[in-house]
Amino acid sequence: MILVRLIEWLRARPRGVRGVSYAVLALLVVADALPWVVDKTHAHTEAEHLPGFWSVFGFAACTLIILVSKAWGHAGIMQGEDYYDE
Amino acid sequence: MSSFWLHPALVMLGGAALLPLVPERVRRGWLLLVPALAFARTLGLEPGTWGEVRFLDWTLVFGRVDRLSLVFGYIMALMAVLATLYGLHVRRVGEHVAAWVYAGGSLGAIYAGDWVTLFMFWELMALASVFLIWYRGRPESLGAGYRYLLVHVAGGVALLAGIVLHYQATRSLAFEALDVAQPTLATYLVMTGFILNAAVPPLHAWLPDAYGEATFNGSVFLSALTTKTAVYALARGLPGLDLLVPLGVIMAVYGVVYAVLENDSRRLLAYHIISQVGYMVAGVGLADLDTPVGQLALNGACAHAFAHILYKGLLFMGTGAVLHMTGESRFTRLGGLYPKMPWTFLFTLIGGLSISAFPLFSGFVSKSMIVAASFEDHRLWAGFGLMLASAGTFLHTGLKVPYFIWFGDNPCTPEVWARARDPGWNMTLAMAITAGLCVFIGCYTPYLYAMLPFQPVTYQPYTSYHVAETLQVLLFTALGFFLFLKKLTPEPTISLDTDWFYRRGGRAFLRLAEGPVRALDAWWGERYRRTGLAGVVRAAREAGWFDQRVIDGAVDGLAAAVRAGGERLRALQRAHLQESLLLALAVMALGLVGWMLYQVWRP
Repeated sequence: MILVRLIEWLRARPRGVRGVSYAVLALLVVADALPWVVDKTHAHTEAEHLPGFWSVFGFAACTLIILVSKAWGHAGIMQGEDYYDE
Repeated sequence: MSSFWLHPALVMLGGAALLPLVPERVRRGWLLLVPALAFARTLGLEPGTWGEVRFLDWTLVFGRVDRLSLVFGYIMALMAVLATLYGLHVRRVGEHVAAWVYAGGSLGAIYAGDWVTLFMFWELMALASVFLIWYRGRPESLGAGYRYLLVHVAGGVALLAGIVLHYQATRSLAFEALDVAQPTLATYLVMTGFILNAAVPPLHAWLPDAYGEATFNGSVFLSALTTKTAVYALARGLPGLDLLVPLGVIMAVYGVVYAVLENDSRRLLAYHIISQVGYMVAGVGLADLDTPVGQLALNGACAHAFAHILYKGLLFMGTGAVLHMTGESRFTRLGGLYPKMPWTFLFTLIGGLSISAFPLFSGFVSKSMIVAASFEDHRLWAGFGLMLASAGTFLHTGLKVPYFIWFGDNPCTPEVWARARDPGWNMTLAMAITAGLCVFIGCYTPYLYAMLPFQPVTYQPYTSYHVAETLQVLLFTALGFFLFLKKLTPEPTISLDTDWFYRRGGRAFLRLAEGPVRALDAWWGERYRRTGLAGVVRAAREAGWFDQRVIDGAVDGLAAAVRAGGERLRALQRAHLQESLLLALAVMALGLVGWMLYQVWRP
């Protein structure tokens, strides 16, 4: 099947995939800084006018969610699968 | 009433009532026909008030058809078609009957024009849906089903109390928006009933408990109907209730936090229902309908409910297919399945991209309306809170679910690996159609926007700023996912939630009661030892022989017999209880159908 072949083709080239991914991320931030590409006149707050604001927000949100949730989970919320068994 | 108005719920309930009588060789045709007819009926509904019935001193309204009920009725009926197609090969007739009565209940609640009719169908939904959990047949599903029923009955009582108080105060049963500017006890009781069904924390723990334990196709129905019917009820009864905004934002973040910890793919999706319904609840809270922002918010809540029903149904279909084929739904027991189940992977990924609001997928055009409304209403904390939850949504449903099922390490047992392959044609077709709809809604906005309650919809999701904002948040979340991959590896645990209080509360009470009982026992024993006379002791020793040989034998034998009998009785009782409930449900549905028919045809 073509989808499986595509996945395997990509998996065989981890360096290339990684390189392209980083390039896309960089391009996004660059595009965000160019007013004629991304029109920021309708942004709601001052902070959003900073180039790459939502990139930082996304990464920070992701990190925060992972760290806070895991801390919460390991504070006694996560229990063995047989916790409720008699 | 002169003419007969065919209620779409009547099609589902009538179809369900006749299903056991349909011969097996044409059953599949019936299964496809009935939901399709119900869907066609929702398409043919004319706005207005229909199906008015005199009952005691009240006028019940079965068919209040306006733009709000039309859009919800449309999507519920459409999902009934897709979910039935998905479970077409399931042989247990009872399961289809339960699913259809449940869907009929939802349609009935949506078109209900008065509180009594709403309540009746509301309870019918709870009663019917519990069978979709019980039919899984595991001992855990039995317990989960009872807890589900218990919680919903409690919510129903709150709703009923609210309705009674409201009726007492206003002498009106019309199901219209309550006065949210001056909330009374009735308002809060009605709200409690509604938000319990919408799974707002702390009244939410029934949802992951039940949806993770339901049958593979039952969860598809469950994920669509209960919470979104509650969103409809909130949008109808409590638009603009300010309290709903913080509750919705908390919900959106809460679901995301628990999704990090979850090891079961279907429970993870269940937590993401809570998160996504949070957007809708916040949208309803922002919906001060006299302002353009409020109208945008309510449109957003409806649009998001519509899109959500499809992509969440799709996600439950994908993980349900994995469960159905491999018998496993936990991440720690799955992995590397992409060569075995590629189609299921593709469709689940489309569901994941839709829920994450990726551009060109359905969530992008619906979720953003609510976020935009919260920013435009100058509630920055709500807007940023919902954006934070968006990052979490992509992190889990878009990345964690596909990655740990189809890629990652491969901890599959040989049995799981051997059983894994794409499911049968009907399941694949249902997933394909749903996935197609998710992409269609994302690419062609007029389809969804033209159905929304407030027209014209001027909102435009595809602006350069919005696309850039979304892509940055999502792709940098993806970066975080791969950097923290080690930390995100699922652990074979369950997470305690507010259901702890009723699952362990009973035992805590027992333990609490145990202390005094034991103390009394010890005191009694001590008295007996001290006042025991020597003669009594000797007599007792002699009597002891008789006691040990004869009485003990008889008592032990009797005890063993009673215990065995009790075990058998207990199994019997549980099975019987379920059967009688199903029977009662069928009789109720039939009675309802008959009564409705009688009322509308009566001269």
